[in-house]
Amino acid sequence: MQYNSFNTQPTFFQKLKNFDYILLICILLLGLISILSMYSTDGGEILFHSKSHISKFLIFFIMMIFMSFLNIKFWHYFAYLFYVVVLFFLVWASLYGIKASGSQRWINLYFINLQPSELMKIAIIVCLAKYYHRIQLNKVNTFQVMFVALVILILPIMFVITQPDLGTSILIALSGLVVIWLAGINIKYFVYSFVALLISMPFAIAFLQPYQKLRILTFLNPDRDPLGSGYQIIQSKIAVGSGGLSGKGFLKGTQSYLEFLPEKHTDFIFTLFAEEHGFLGSLILLLIYIIIIYRVLKIGAVSRSYFAKLFCYGYGSAIFFYVTVNMSMVLGLLPIVGSPLPIMSYGGSSMLATMIGFAIVMSAKINHKQLIA
Amino acid sequence: MLGENFGVKKAQTINRRMFIIGAAKFVVFAGIIARLFSLQITENKKYLTLSDKNRLREWRLPPIRGKFLDYFGNVIADNLNVYQLHVIPEEVEDFKYLMVRLKNILSISDNDFTKIIKKKNNQKPWETIIISKNLTWEQFTKINYFLHDLIGAKPVLSVSRNYPFNENYTHVLGYVSEASEKDILNNETIKITHVPGLKVGKTGLEKTFEKELIGTNGIQRYEVNAYGKRIRQLDHTDGVNGKTIQLTIDTEIQKLCNELLKDMAGSISVMDIYTGEIVAMQSSPSFDANLFLFGINQDDWQLIRNDPLKPLVNKTLSGLYSPGSTIKPIVALSALENGIIDENFKVNCTGKIEMYGQTYHCWKKKGHGIVDLKSAMKQSCDTYFYEIARKLGVDRLKKTSIKFGLGEKVLNETFGNEKKGLIPDTKWKKNNLGKGWVIGETLITGIGQGYIQTTPLQLCLMTAQLANGGFKIYPKIIVEENSKTSENIKFLMNKNLDVKNNGLQETRELLGFTNKERHERLFENSKNMKLVREAMFASTNEVRGTSYSSRIEDPKYQFAGKTGTSQVKRITEADRELDLKTFEIPYNERDHALYIAFGPYKNPRYALSIVIEHGGSGSSTAAPIAKKLFKLIIDRHELREKKSKQNDLET
Repeated sequence: MQYNSFNTQPTFFQKLKNFDYILLICILLLGLISILSMYSTDGGEILFHSKSHISKFLIFFIMMIFMSFLNIKFWHYFAYLFYVVVLFFLVWASLYGIKASGSQRWINLYFINLQPSELMKIAIIVCLAKYYHRIQLNKVNTFQVMFVALVILILPIMFVITQPDLGTSILIALSGLVVIWLAGINIKYFVYSFVALLISMPFAIAFLQPYQKLRILTFLNPDRDPLGSGYQIIQSKIAVGSGGLSGKGFLKGTQSYLEFLPEKHTDFIFTLFAEEHGFLGSLILLLIYIIIIYRVLKIGAVSRSYFAKLFCYGYGSAIFFYVTVNMSMVLGLLPIVGSPLPIMSYGGSSMLATMIGFAIVMSAKINHKQLIA
Repeated sequence: MLGENFGVKKAQTINRRMFIIGAAKFVVFAGIIARLFSLQITENKKYLTLSDKNRLREWRLPPIRGKFLDYFGNVIADNLNVYQLHVIPEEVEDFKYLMVRLKNILSISDNDFTKIIKKKNNQKPWETIIISKNLTWEQFTKINYFLHDLIGAKPVLSVSRNYPFNENYTHVLGYVSEASEKDILNNETIKITHVPGLKVGKTGLEKTFEKELIGTNGIQRYEVNAYGKRIRQLDHTDGVNGKTIQLTIDTEIQKLCNELLKDMAGSISVMDIYTGEIVAMQSSPSFDANLFLFGINQDDWQLIRNDPLKPLVNKTLSGLYSPGSTIKPIVALSALENGIIDENFKVNCTGKIEMYGQTYHCWKKKGHGIVDLKSAMKQSCDTYFYEIARKLGVDRLKKTSIKFGLGEKVLNETFGNEKKGLIPDTKWKKNNLGKGWVIGETLITGIGQGYIQTTPLQLCLMTAQLANGGFKIYPKIIVEENSKTSENIKFLMNKNLDVKNNGLQETRELLGFTNKERHERLFENSKNMKLVREAMFASTNEVRGTSYSSRIEDPKYQFAGKTGTSQVKRITEADRELDLKTFEIPYNERDHALYIAFGPYKNPRYALSIVIEHGGSGSSTAAPIAKKLFKLIIDRHELREKKSKQNDLET
């Protein structure tokens, strides 16, 4: 009886029943908050950013629901292809991409300007999850296995870092490393590479773009150039700090309303939220993210296939990285590196990637009993 | 079996490692929450202040300058609404195009045009450029008509100083003009209040009373965005207007003075002999103070600057003249007071006297014959005054002169340009010229020539103090608050009427009614005062008096005076032989004409002094002006009295 249920496909209604509704509600809630925040960045009117964000959220959310009905086997089957296609897009972007504000990250797909590096954040997890799905624990630490995993990881990072886009490459690296770590790689390799990283740091700095060096210097002391490179972080801290316990009120964030906040639609959307809704609002937002991460990890825990388990764990951790890197950045705990806050930040590619990630997670939930050969 | 074992182990490994990451996540989230807490709760105040500093800007508005009123409350310096054209280069898309358009519409001269362009290049793009400080109504409507095409041009309603009586008050009030760097540095009040384009007093009372007049700034608080653009006004605090200052001057008399001095270089001062109030004070030629408000144009400025009649000099206060015969009442008084002469002392005038080989001439070649004090004063006999001056000595003469207000500033520090003049004595000459005094110098000092120099206002004060019976008064040009002038004067006048001329002795008590200490007695014997006054009466109202032709017989207007003709160069024997008429002498070598007078004689109330530079003689040029002036002064008296009472009631 039980055996049967392992192999027979669940019916449509069973699938519907197996949806993780708490996760779904949290995503919707986050979507609603993001739309209201976007409305606030437009100065209390429904202008370009609000409209675009609403449509992107709705389209990709519905797409996510439909994609959730795909069997987890499908993702497993096409994992490498997915990775290769995204990698191809990355190469394409490096060659023929659209240039904007000093970097070349986007490719024009006519209905959307796609940023393949965002998709790579998901693709790297999918790809490594499939790779380690088959590899037995005692083979994980062999040179051959490690070498292939590193190639899979380093290849996209190379393309992203030369765009140049430090923030996204770090997030891709972290997402990939988490999966490699979960797969059981010996901790000593992490220690070795960490030491190697420290030693190579001075050389790495030589390769950084001037604006990236400036950002690091600015992070160490924002006041060294308060009207130049330090401006963003100083203004961001002022906005967050002036929010206080309960915030200045919806649509009343003076820092964003009077345009002291740079990039308030994208990387600094949390600053605007924290200014208008204060410490309490920020805690609620953080809580929603924590619930989402918790649900994703829980789905990983109940998944029977290694692929689903690795993906959910990887993706849950990735969301954690996105959120913490973004928040630490706007709160002045990390240097400014471009990294959006999932769902909250304006940007189609990021939204698309995030929703694909949730679709795979949801598929893993629906098919959590599914074994993959 | 083996595989499954491995499989279980693999799942365990993954789960265990996930658990480690999960624990790390909690730590990181806790860190972020701690950071949020520290920014939003602990340091909230600091960041709230910084945020307000970001968004709030204060704009100081130009203060509204206090007005000047004349004695009757007529506005003599006012603030007018003017239309200006401002441009903020930052807000202009195409500055060149805008300027060319404006140049055509306003017909700006090439010179001004390049000045504006220069100014634009020298200042920050968000600072306002004032294209025109005073648009005519026609220009203003024209600008508004083309405004759609003039993006960035801003017609603005602004406030500007206005002097409705043009040249009549220029030397008294001075004028305002844009504050220079020096003005700002030297005056703390201006520094605090300064806004771009602020106008401050440059001369006269406008300068002296800057602190009282300037007022305080209104303040507008705006919310601004990151680019400094004003988003909305938050609140507005009105400034306090500058103090209104009331002068003692009567505009009607002031205007007549200006008319009487037309085309001449000279001055008229009129003073109330009891209160010291200056009723009129005009220096001629004058110029329109309104010319300076928006920066005077070069042509007008050169015209004023190069005028040989020196319109820029306030001759009432800074003009120094030998008093000539107008000093004679003081010389006579000094001689009487010191017991050198009495009313019967006589001198035989033969037209000249010789002393130590020098000849000293009387103005009348043939001589006056035997003269006593009264006839000597009446006919202004120089020989008589040579004689009494010689007996008196210059040091005693100086004492009396100083007592009556010569050689000292009349209005203290009220005017920056007032001069002290000079009353010489033996000590002065020793200290300043290093030579001993010679008797001949005493002689010419006795007829108001030589080293002695006085301002017209000093002569006016001297006359007033002779007229009021010899009591010190304190001249003023500003109506003081809380002074019960009219009550005291009314009381005083009534007393004076009862006792007629002899009653002048009483004046001291009357003036001292309010403040005995202040109205110090300037004489020893009131009989001497009376003698001098009678001699002055004779000079104007008796046959052969030097100003007899300018007399008024109606006792209501009747006045007493003394003419003066002061030489500007030494008269040689050759000159004396030629005996040229005034118009035959070059302008700059002609004598100054002076006249001092007080009236009405029976019950004196006003004193005046008139100086006409290079006017010929006092009797021909200066005295006739007094005749015209006294009529108006006396006619205006009743009104002035009424107003004085009203002023007292108000305070």
